[in-house]
Amino acid sequence: MSNGVLTEQKPAPPPIEKIKVKIDGKEIEVPKMMPDWQGKLQATTMLQACELAGVEVPHYCYHPKLPVAGNCRMCLVEFGTPMMGPDRKPVLNPDGTPKIARSVLPYEPTSARGAIACASPISPGMEIYPSSPATKQMREGVLEYLLINHPLDCPICDQAGECKLQEYSVDYGKASSRFAEEKVHKPKQVNLGPRVMLDDERCILCSRCIRFTKDIAKDDALGFVERGSHSTLTKFPGKNFDNNYTLNTVDICPVGALTSKDFRFQMRVWFLKESKSICTSCGTGCNIVMGSRENKVYRYEPRENDAVNSCWMCDHGRLNYKWINRDDRLTKVGGSKLNVQYQDGAWSTALRAVSDALKNAATGSVAIIASARQTNEELYLLKKLGKKYDALTDSVGRMDKGDHLLLNADRNPNTTG
Amino acid sequence: MPQEYRLILKHADEPGYTPDIDCYMRNGGYETLKKALSFQTKDLPDGKKQTPQEQIRQEVTTSGLRGRGGAGFSCGLKWSLVDRKSGKPIYMICNADESEPGTFKDRQIIHKDPHQLIEGMIVACFGNDVHLAYIYIRGEMPEGARILNRALAEARAKNFLGKNILGKGYDLEIHIHRGAGAYICGEETGLIESLEGKRAYPRIKPPYFPAILGLYMCPTIVNNVETLAAVKHIVQMGGAEYAKLGTPNNTGTRIVSVSGHVKKPGYFEVEVGKATLGELIFDEKFGGGLRDGRKLKAIIPGGSSAKVFKAGEKFKVKRKGPDGQLTPVEVDLLDLPYDFDSLQQAGSMSGSGAIIVMDDSTDIVAALANLSEFYAHESCGQCTPCREGSLWMSKALHRLTNGHGRKQDADYLIRIAQGIQGRTICAFGEACSWPVLSFINKFKDEFEARGARDEAKHSSSAGAGPSGEMRIAASPQH
Repeated sequence: MSNGVLTEQKPAPPPIEKIKVKIDGKEIEVPKMMPDWQGKLQATTMLQACELAGVEVPHYCYHPKLPVAGNCRMCLVEFGTPMMGPDRKPVLNPDGTPKIARSVLPYEPTSARGAIACASPISPGMEIYPSSPATKQMREGVLEYLLINHPLDCPICDQAGECKLQEYSVDYGKASSRFAEEKVHKPKQVNLGPRVMLDDERCILCSRCIRFTKDIAKDDALGFVERGSHSTLTKFPGKNFDNNYTLNTVDICPVGALTSKDFRFQMRVWFLKESKSICTSCGTGCNIVMGSRENKVYRYEPRENDAVNSCWMCDHGRLNYKWINRDDRLTKVGGSKLNVQYQDGAWSTALRAVSDALKNAATGSVAIIASARQTNEELYLLKKLGKKYDALTDSVGRMDKGDHLLLNADRNPNTTG
Repeated sequence: MPQEYRLILKHADEPGYTPDIDCYMRNGGYETLKKALSFQTKDLPDGKKQTPQEQIRQEVTTSGLRGRGGAGFSCGLKWSLVDRKSGKPIYMICNADESEPGTFKDRQIIHKDPHQLIEGMIVACFGNDVHLAYIYIRGEMPEGARILNRALAEARAKNFLGKNILGKGYDLEIHIHRGAGAYICGEETGLIESLEGKRAYPRIKPPYFPAILGLYMCPTIVNNVETLAAVKHIVQMGGAEYAKLGTPNNTGTRIVSVSGHVKKPGYFEVEVGKATLGELIFDEKFGGGLRDGRKLKAIIPGGSSAKVFKAGEKFKVKRKGPDGQLTPVEVDLLDLPYDFDSLQQAGSMSGSGAIIVMDDSTDIVAALANLSEFYAHESCGQCTPCREGSLWMSKALHRLTNGHGRKQDADYLIRIAQGIQGRTICAFGEACSWPVLSFINKFKDEFEARGARDEAKHSSSAGAGPSGEMRIAASPQH
């Protein structure tokens, strides 16, 4: 899961007006406007303000790069606003501080009325209570409702270890369930497309995948059918979930409903070593995290970089990692002209042989074939070497079709250096 | 004794009165529209000018009209919240998705006097600078849609609709849109989504207040059928005159649907607050009393989502004393005036104006199970507490009616319901939890007795403990 997004909110540019709010009793100044999922400035939400204050607000459906849906209700927080007198002036406490009117249910003024932090704008003097007992109670309530019909099959679920249901259960869950009814049963092992499998019983209907597919991938392929607790995620009839970005839905699925056919049942995520890297499958250079164990790569996942790939990457690049561990991959080095036999560990001998040969080479007699899949640094040095011998330098792209989002037409990462 | 006061339904049930435009016009139809369109800009004492549109809105504000759909929100205030400076078109939607169980008032207007609704709507549209309006009619009312479409065609032929209406330079078109059979389409933002061709998922507020970001993200007014019909009469008689009907802050007339265990179920138009709950149920002119030999057990006063009243309850209701001060007065259930404020102070609501009467033959557990099943079926499924909670409650209640209850189920159900109300996107959360909360709070003994009886039955019939057996029966995967 690419969850760096929680902490990597960028503060808005300076000319924006700041307003003061209190979060858990601590006063903090936050920008009045902040970028929304499209980067457009909008009124700062309670959730953004809490993040600036370093307070995490749990959520499922909210994703900073997707339109706000507000349906999971996990981010409900108790809040209050300065109380206004009949003269439209703030009412003050005896100590001169403004009196705060906590938001309550109009029909039951003893109970707090929470607001969804993901969609509710802040206002000057507002107090947000993300750690209050009422907020905690709301989160516990929502989590319980999410779990009653959930299959609780963590031991066989690929999401285990990076599942938001598990994570929030630690904070807001109960050890045992009071649910005494039969669970709702829904389709299991639904084949959404060539790369994604769906387990509808695990789905918490947060609609992240639907919003991503519609608004980012621009392929309106997913939707809900049925109503109420029987609501079911599905693909449109007659349509296959087969665009070049389907596997991003697996990343943003907060639970184990959507799984990658390539990765499912292959490796427990807690065994994976995560290394930051760059995808080499086209000229875009999406930032990625490689998951590997014992020198074997199991998956690529996108790493957030708003200058390049936001939180996404294409399926083409994501699945183009198997060559790393392929048996027939050329790992040996050698050559008859160098008098070096092809074998493992011959690198130093071979390099010395090449270097010796080049020492005596005449200008114009050397040709170098290099790959634009090499790093910029390697290519720079090769070019320098080529210049020395007046070697012909040419760069050939591996052209194919690009797409509207991330996939570059040139499948080589470094054709243009 | 209170009488029916037929303002909106004045002609509806007259012999020979037909829903066609000629009959409507013979009875003074579309005169109000002519009046409204000929309003002139008025100079106010403070030197400002008031446009004809502002005058119509002023009349509605003066009338004190409160929405007849369920929430009882001030119509004048609703109109005043519309963003008129956005530069975007303003839309009007008539909410004819009458689906609240127990309610059958709007369909009387639609079926018997459709032109009254259309005239009220044209006047309301003119008053709000609306040039395109929709009537969203419930999918289960195909006949109503047919009647309205015919009426719209008639109105168009007479240039009450279309371009340059009656030569006054005002354009308006009204379209009918039929729902597909979902209760949630009556929720105004769900309705708007449905009208846009999407699933009727209610929108989050903020930011999507219809008055600012409604249909197609433009300012939109959504009014109930009866509300719009009342607008016609307000403009016709003047807001101040209309406000004399009914009682202060509860002005005008209301069509009340009375159903359940009464001799004469039906709809009755009364001045708001002039008849009591008891009169509406027992008076010969209204419900005509309970079936012979039966006693009153419970009343749902405002459509199935309103909190239930138990026979014999007493309430503290604020009444204006001779000194003008509001003082709490104890009022018997049956003496509660049927208006917005009194029922709210008694802890329920007049909602859609539907009174459901239950006599002592009612199995209160089964009645609640039935209601709860309706809400579980109609929950749209968008937000968590309502989606999961409504079905949870329904399943638990059906376990009770199926002989697998537990004594603790009463508290269990209350806690489920409390986890829904106030935490959802729309008011459906309240609609599905309030019946459970009120039924169980007021008839707790019956729920506990049912659970205790089942527990005793199971512990005596088999060796297994009651809760263990229930678990096995209800939850095979455990």
